[in-house]
Amino acid sequence: MSFFENISSIQNIIYIFSSILFISGIKMLGKEDTAVRGNFLSALAMFIAVSVTFINVINPILVFVGIGIGAIIGSLIALKVKMTSIPEMVALFNGFGGLATFFIAWSEFNSIPSNNFQYLLVMITTYIGGVTFSGSVIAYGKLSETLKVEKSSIITKLFTTLFYISIIYLLYSIFITKIFSPGFDFYTILLIFTLLGGVGFVIPIGGGDMPVVISLLNSFSGIAAAFAGLLLLNNVLIVAGSLVGASGLILTIIMAKAMNRSIGNILFVGYASSASASKSEETGEVKPINVSDAYLILENASSVLVIPGYGMAVAQAQHVVRELGELLEANGTEVRYGIHPVAGRMPGHMNVLLAEANVPYDVLVEPEDVNPSMDTVDVAVVIGANDVVNPSATEEPGSPIYGMPIIEVHNARTIFVLKRSMSSGFAGVQNPLFFKENTRMLFGDAKESIGGLVTEFKE
Amino acid sequence: MEIYILLGFVLILSIYLGLELISKVPSTLHTPLMSGANAISGIALVGALVLGSDTQLQQVLAFLAVMFASINVFGGYLVTNRMLKMFKKK
Repeated sequence: MSFFENISSIQNIIYIFSSILFISGIKMLGKEDTAVRGNFLSALAMFIAVSVTFINVINPILVFVGIGIGAIIGSLIALKVKMTSIPEMVALFNGFGGLATFFIAWSEFNSIPSNNFQYLLVMITTYIGGVTFSGSVIAYGKLSETLKVEKSSIITKLFTTLFYISIIYLLYSIFITKIFSPGFDFYTILLIFTLLGGVGFVIPIGGGDMPVVISLLNSFSGIAAAFAGLLLLNNVLIVAGSLVGASGLILTIIMAKAMNRSIGNILFVGYASSASASKSEETGEVKPINVSDAYLILENASSVLVIPGYGMAVAQAQHVVRELGELLEANGTEVRYGIHPVAGRMPGHMNVLLAEANVPYDVLVEPEDVNPSMDTVDVAVVIGANDVVNPSATEEPGSPIYGMPIIEVHNARTIFVLKRSMSSGFAGVQNPLFFKENTRMLFGDAKESIGGLVTEFKE
Repeated sequence: MEIYILLGFVLILSIYLGLELISKVPSTLHTPLMSGANAISGIALVGALVLGSDTQLQQVLAFLAVMFASINVFGGYLVTNRMLKMFKKK
């Protein structure tokens, strides 16, 4: 055995060790008590895998400069980002991972793939990596609200068409170009179509469906890395990439289930076309309430359930919400927070915001835990949530959201709905909750309204 | 071809393992799990390190791949850690 073969075997053994650390790391990341250590283990695994790869580096200066710049940019973003901007930041990082694999595949195409299977892998890796990148950039734009495109606009339709064309062109690149080599630079065209295709993939998907899209792009970034691993014959890339692919897929499925819709419906149909306009005409009047009356009711409540939604994130109300919660507890009231899996713009969005505001995670409850005992809740305070508390989902078989698991606040004794106006939620469905006998609407900015309640309590 | 079958085997088993490991994650951890997994997908850095650099194009591509994968790795782990530190029990 020559010296180099020895090195390569040792390297592979260390890759296996690193894979084990990744597996334990991601497992521990799934439990509250071990999550911090899990993240550390996976970082250690990364460090080991990268260090041992330095043996093969051809151009060390290039690599060190690249890592250095990447480390500075990455660390700055990670340490500066506000917790409310986490969804768009995760989208952006997903995109960077995809972009890296896109460049890897591109570079490998120029090393001239030696066999047909490698050729196929180059095309697929290019496509997944590129779609992950440009799709994530669009997701970033939508989440940070810098990009606003109507679903019915001509631009959306154009890009959606380009998405389908890009798939056809991918198939052409994989199967035809190897047999009849085209007289033009087909690969550069694939690169362009891939990037346009990613835009077209995400652009028609609306704000409320973003948790699904982010999860799916997260999964794609892992799958792209795993395919790059097949291409480069590197086992740690395959293992780590597959784990990410699997975890993203699980989150995607959880999100889709929480909306009672199929992934296909979310990606390619959307609410607007699946919903044949809700028939139910809402009659009755909404009953507004002011801050001081709301205070009197809350003061006498013994059990309060807070249901936050995207509106709480927009109003940045998480800190006053926590303050109100503490004052209520000091007053002898039991305070819990009902978190719907798809509340907000990414999986677990509300949990992160409340954690930032110092709300302990053991008072956060999931719908199935709180629904059976909803009739013992004195006041349910809905803050900027809409579709996730819409009783049509359980009461109205014709409704587009019928069957979606919701937090059944309409069974609570009193419901406060904090809302800016009477506009409907993302699904475009009117919410009968607002017209219920025991519902009181507290109109206005959530942060101001809750701030008002806090002041009342302090006086 | 043999090697691809072997690596394909690794791929399938790893995906299956991942699905089993993560299937019961509490919703509190959905965001950290996603950003932690996102950091792991920065493993593309290992692939970026071994890219050939015969032509100028390849050098540029290798450099960019290393840089973007590094952003993903450093940013991903740091932000996950920052987030997890915020989660407190009563």
